[in-house]
Amino acid sequence: MNLAAWRAQARDPVFRQGAADMLGAGLGVGAWGLVTGVAMVKGGMSTPLALFMSLTVYAGSAQLAVLPLMVAGAPLWVIWLTAACVNLRFVIFSSMWRSYFAHLPRRERMKLGFFSGDVIFVAFMKRYPRPEPQPEQLPYFWGAATTNWLAWQLPSVAGIILANAIPLSWGLGFAGVLALLGILLSMLGDRASWLATGVACTAAVAAFALPLKLNILVAIAAAVTAGLAMEAGERALRRARMREAGGDA
Amino acid sequence: MNGEWLTPIIAILGLVVITVVTRAFFMIPERELPMPDWLRRGLKYAPLAALAAVIAPELVMTQGALIHSLLDARLPGTAAATAFYFWRRSILGTIVVGMAVYLPLHIGLGW
Repeated sequence: MNLAAWRAQARDPVFRQGAADMLGAGLGVGAWGLVTGVAMVKGGMSTPLALFMSLTVYAGSAQLAVLPLMVAGAPLWVIWLTAACVNLRFVIFSSMWRSYFAHLPRRERMKLGFFSGDVIFVAFMKRYPRPEPQPEQLPYFWGAATTNWLAWQLPSVAGIILANAIPLSWGLGFAGVLALLGILLSMLGDRASWLATGVACTAAVAAFALPLKLNILVAIAAAVTAGLAMEAGERALRRARMREAGGDA
Repeated sequence: MNGEWLTPIIAILGLVVITVVTRAFFMIPERELPMPDWLRRGLKYAPLAALAAVIAPELVMTQGALIHSLLDARLPGTAAATAFYFWRRSILGTIVVGMAVYLPLHIGLGW
């Protein structure tokens, strides 16, 4: 995209709305980026390599998961398999992205995929809960994605360069956890979503010992099952009540 | 001897491919892959669950084991952040209040 087109897009009010919706969580994303940057260098990676990795891979949780493996010189397939497992939740998210962006050319869809992190996904689904395409969704996405990219990359690069001046023991990464917590709380609505979340938390802690962060996948499977069971239960209850009401009349 | 610097670069390039392929996965084919209706309904719980699964161990575990002490700065930090969220519904405020409780306890008292 050339500069003029880029500036025109940046003036689009929907683009700005997308950018604004990310600012709150951006503080947490930034703290997490900073900690990830510091951790890469302190974990034994050279500064140029850490910069290259941060700017190209752009996946915080996967970067942190493979970092010890790369430093220890683990085989490539182990590194890649670990990253793929940590990223499996994005595979699930991509099925929902498809309902909004299936009409775009494939190159465009791949580009959207690369920039679609967790926080963008949540903001987008809250703004457009109905899974049908609208023209304004694209500028909204890019507004959110640009903010998220900057909120992650600037602190991450700062963390890589200033690694030895920033102590990890301060616990700044906790801000990233709090950002995700705020997003999670904002997604809780009906009883089924509370139940699914409770089940996911329990399963993720109970299955923590699994390799390759597979506890996340176990938690997703358990929560989806619990959510569907709760919906089925509520439907059955409603039907029973209706039958009862019908009997009285 | 040149292989030594090349390996991490190959590893990173592979990771870039993994980022793109996993995040775009169901958007890659031109035609929609068929998916049963129950799975489609169930998947709406997946993002919640993924977030919860990333957060929960960060809040109540240390080095792969459940924490044994209540003197852990994360617990009051989380409680304050959650309370603030339900009071004001602001994510920025949630982070700021949580850190304002967490940092003094963690750095000052070593919790």
